[in-house]
Amino acid sequence: MKTAVIVFPASNCDRDMIVALEKITGHKPHIIWHQDEEIPPVDLIALPGGFSFGDYLRCGAMAARSPVTTKVIEHAGRGGNVIGICNGFQVLTETGLLPGALMRNESLKFVCKDARLRVENNDTPFTNAYSEGQIITVPVAHHDGNYFADDETLKALEGEGRVAFRYVDNAGQVTQASNPNGSRNNIAGIINRRKNILGMMPHPERLIEDAQGGTDGLGFFQSMINAIN
Amino acid sequence: MTPKITQDIKWNNNVNITPALVKEHGLSDDEYALCLKILGRTPTLTELGIFSVMWSEHCSYKSSKLHLKTLPTKAPWVIHGPGENAGVIDIGDNQALIFKMESHNHPSYIEPYQGAATGVGGILRDVFTMGARPIANMNALRFGAPDHPKTRHLLSGVVEGIGGYGNCVGVPTVGGETNFHPSYNGNILVNAMTVGLADQDKIFLSAAAGIGNPVIYVGSKTGRDGIHGATMASTEFTEDTEEKRPTVQVGDPFTEKLLIEACLELMSTDMVVAIQDMGAAGLTSSSVEMASGGGVGFAFNLDMVPQREEGMTPYEMMLSESQERMLIVLKPGREAEAKEIFDRWDLDFAVIGVITDTGNLTLTFKGEVVADIPTQPLADNSPEYDRPWIKTAPKADLNAADVTAPQDMKQALLKMIGSPNLCSRNWIWQQYDTQVMADTIQKPGGDAAVVRIHGTDKAVAITTDCTPRYCYADPFEGGKQAVAETWRNLTAVGATPLAITDCLNFGNPERPEIMGQFVGCIEGMREACIALDYPVVSGNVSLYNETNGTGIHPTPAIGGVGLFNDSSKMVTIAPKAEGEVLILIGETKGHLGASLYLDVMEGREEGRPPPVDLALEKKNGDFVRVQINDGSISACHDISDGGLYVALAEMVMASEIGMDITIDNGNTPLHAYAFGEDQGRYILSVSPEHRDEVLRNARAGGVTVQIIGKTTGASLTLTAADPISVSELVGNHQSWMPDYMSID
Repeated sequence: MKTAVIVFPASNCDRDMIVALEKITGHKPHIIWHQDEEIPPVDLIALPGGFSFGDYLRCGAMAARSPVTTKVIEHAGRGGNVIGICNGFQVLTETGLLPGALMRNESLKFVCKDARLRVENNDTPFTNAYSEGQIITVPVAHHDGNYFADDETLKALEGEGRVAFRYVDNAGQVTQASNPNGSRNNIAGIINRRKNILGMMPHPERLIEDAQGGTDGLGFFQSMINAIN
Repeated sequence: MTPKITQDIKWNNNVNITPALVKEHGLSDDEYALCLKILGRTPTLTELGIFSVMWSEHCSYKSSKLHLKTLPTKAPWVIHGPGENAGVIDIGDNQALIFKMESHNHPSYIEPYQGAATGVGGILRDVFTMGARPIANMNALRFGAPDHPKTRHLLSGVVEGIGGYGNCVGVPTVGGETNFHPSYNGNILVNAMTVGLADQDKIFLSAAAGIGNPVIYVGSKTGRDGIHGATMASTEFTEDTEEKRPTVQVGDPFTEKLLIEACLELMSTDMVVAIQDMGAAGLTSSSVEMASGGGVGFAFNLDMVPQREEGMTPYEMMLSESQERMLIVLKPGREAEAKEIFDRWDLDFAVIGVITDTGNLTLTFKGEVVADIPTQPLADNSPEYDRPWIKTAPKADLNAADVTAPQDMKQALLKMIGSPNLCSRNWIWQQYDTQVMADTIQKPGGDAAVVRIHGTDKAVAITTDCTPRYCYADPFEGGKQAVAETWRNLTAVGATPLAITDCLNFGNPERPEIMGQFVGCIEGMREACIALDYPVVSGNVSLYNETNGTGIHPTPAIGGVGLFNDSSKMVTIAPKAEGEVLILIGETKGHLGASLYLDVMEGREEGRPPPVDLALEKKNGDFVRVQINDGSISACHDISDGGLYVALAEMVMASEIGMDITIDNGNTPLHAYAFGEDQGRYILSVSPEHRDEVLRNARAGGVTVQIIGKTTGASLTLTAADPISVSELVGNHQSWMPDYMSID
C-alpha cells in the first residue's frame, strides 16, 4: 500500500502517523509539505493530528485552504482513500469532504485519555479488520473534538451507516459519562457516502504496540491494507 | 521595584543618569560603582538597562552562586554540567539526553495562563538550542491553600497554560507533581522541565567564535512585552503586583513549533558556529553570554532587529522578553542558505551584526552608538554575595504516642487519599497530551514517567519531587530527601538514576533565615548527590518568592533522570494478578513528624521530618532495581507521602485488584506504622514463584524485608480496618479535584 502524509505547519502527529504506516505497510510514506504542489499517486492520504497553523482560527480552517488540500480533494474525488485523525478530521470537515463540525469540548478543556470505542460499521475500508460492535481502546487528545451536525445530517449519517466509531463505556453502552467531549450521539468518527474518506478524533496510530499500552489501533491500518489488496 | 520609566526617557538615550534612576534599575551603590569602573564613564540609558538585567538576581545568581558551587556536578556520564543552557548526559550509542528545569513563578502568579505557557516555551528553547529534539515535558507546581480565593483561578490557568503550549508544540507532558500549602498563597511555583534527545556529535554550545562571522536573529519579532521581566522576578511582591502584568510575556506555541523544526533543520547542516535562545533578559543576556563565552565582541545594528511595534528604542529592544527568538552565529557566507530554511518555516531571519575582536557589545541605532560595553567583566565580574545566614533551628521530635489514633482506620485512609495533597491528579493530567510522539510507555500516575528513546530499546525515566514541609522543618534533611526521592522513584520503575536538574525556589535571600534555608537545602542535596552518585547537571534559582515579608516554604524541586537499556524491564505500580505476594522493603519506624497524616487528620505541622539514611537508601534501592531488572518483580511502588497504607491503596487503585494485608507493627502504634513516612521503603508485588528468590536475595544483601500480604479480590483489607472496595477507594481518590474545580 502506497501512502502519503500531509504535513502542515504545526502538524505534530505526523511522525506518529509516518511511523505507524511504515511499520504496518512496510513502506515509508511520502511526506508532503503543505506548500508542495503535487502528491504522487498513492492508495491513501493521511491528514495527521496537531495544531495546523496554530489553530488560532477555527481548528483546521487554515489548513483546509492550503494549496496542497486541493490535491487531497482531487484524490478523494477520484475515489482515493483519505483519513483525517484529530486535527486531520477537523481539516476534513472544514473542506466539506465530511459533514458537520468539531466544536470546543463541552468541558472547555483539552482532554487526553484512553477512550472506549464501539465499531459501528465494519463494512468500510477503515474498519473491516474489526468485527461489528467490537469494543476497542484508542486514546483521544484534543481541545475541539465535540462533533456537531444538524438533525438532518445526523439522521443521514446514522441511517446510512456512516458512523464508524462511537464513544461507549466498558460495557459497550453509549453513555454521557463515556463521551469525552460532548459529541452528538457520542460520535467519534464518520465516513463519507462513498466510503473512501474517514475522519476520527481518537488516535489509532498511538496504539500499535504492546509497549504503548495496547494494539487496538492496528486493526484500523490492517483494514486499509485489506481494502486495497 | 520595576523601574518606572517615563515615555520621554525611554525615547531619549542621552538622558541624565541620576542616582534615582540607578536605584529604580535595582543596582546598589556598590554595583553602580562597579558599572562605572567597567565602563570608565557614565552609562547611557541603554547600558544602564543592560547592567540592571544582567546583574539582577535572576540572571546573575549573585546570592546563590557561592553555594551552588558546592554541588557535585561531575560523573563519567556527564558531558556538560551547569553553565550551558541545559545539562547533557551520555546514554550510549552516541546519544545524549539534554535536560533542565526552570521556574516561571512570578509571571505565573500575575497572569497564570501566559506565565505557565511561556515557562514551558522557555525551557523547551533551552533544550533545543543545544541541538536536542525535546521528547518530554514535566512540571512541579505549588499552589496556595485550596480555600484561598486565588487558588482555583491560578490552578486552572497554570494547567491550561502548560497544556496549551506543550500540546501545540507536540511534546508530551508526561507528569509532574502538584502541592497545596498556605505558604504559596501569595507566590505560586511553576517549575517546568524539558528532556531532549541529541546525537553527541551534534551538540551546540553558545560560545561565539570567528571574527567577522555573521550574527543572526531568527524567530518572532521583538515587541514591548516582558521588558524587565528578569528584574521583576528578582524582587518581592507587594500590593501593587497587579501593576506588573505588562512585564509578563505572551507565548505563541505555533511559532515555537516552527522554530524547533527550523532550528533542528539548520543544526543538521554544518552552518552553525553557536546558538543561544533569547530567554530572560532577551537579546541582552543571549548576546552577552555568547560573546563573553567566546571571548569576542558583537557589533549589532539594532535597526536590523525585526520589530513588532513602531518606534521601539534600543533600551526596549535590548530588554524585551518577547518569546520564540534565537540568536545564531553562522559560518561566513552561509546566510542565504540558512535564510532559505527559515523562509520555508515562515520565520523572521535577520543578520543583525558581526563578531568583532573588541570584546565589546557595541550597539548602533540610527547611525549612533548607543551602548559599548566590555562583555567579559559584565558577565564575569557580576556581583557575588556571601549573604548572612542563620541555621534553621531544629524542630523537636514528635512522638507517635502524641498523635491521636484514628477512630476508624478505614475512614482515615479514605480521608487521606481524598485530601488535596494526596488525591488523584487526573484532572490535571487529562489536560496534557501525554502520548504525542507515541513513545510514552509509562504515563502520569506512577512513580516516574517513562519515554522510549525513539527507535531503540532504551528509555528515559523522569520524575520531579520535593517535600517542602520537610525542607521547612529541616532544610538539610529536606534537601537530602528531595534528591533521594527522585532517585527512589526512578529506581521504583526499574531505571538507573543518572543525574538531576534542580529548581531552587526560596524567599528573600536578604533575610538571614531564608538564606539559612537555602544553605541547609543545598548541603542536604549535596550529601545525597554524592552518596547516590547522582550529580546536578543543570538548574535554576528563583528567589524572592515572598509577599509582604512572608516567604514560601523552601522548595528545592528536583528533576531526576534515569535510563533503561532495555525498556521491556520497566514495571509500574499496578500488580498484574491476584495471588501475588506483597513484600515490604525497608524499615518502618512509624515516623509521623512533618507527615501528611499529622496535617490531614490533625491539622498540625510539627516535628522533624523523617531522616534519610543515604547508605540504607542506596542499599535498598540497588536491591530493588536488580530484582526488577532480573524480571522477578511484577509491580513496585515507593512509599512516600502518606506512608504505607496510602501506597498500598495507590497500588490497588492502579490495578483494580484488591489486597489482603496483615502487618506486624510490634510496639509501634498502628496508625504510625500505617501512615508514618519513614524513608527508603518500597512495596514489591511478586508472583509466588519468585517469592523465595526475592526474599533470599534481600537477606543476602542485608535488606530489611517482610511479607505483608497478597493481592486478592476487589477490596483492600487492612489490619484493623473494614475492607474497602476498589470503587470506594477510586471514588474518594478521584473526586476532590474535579469537585473543587467545578465550584465557581
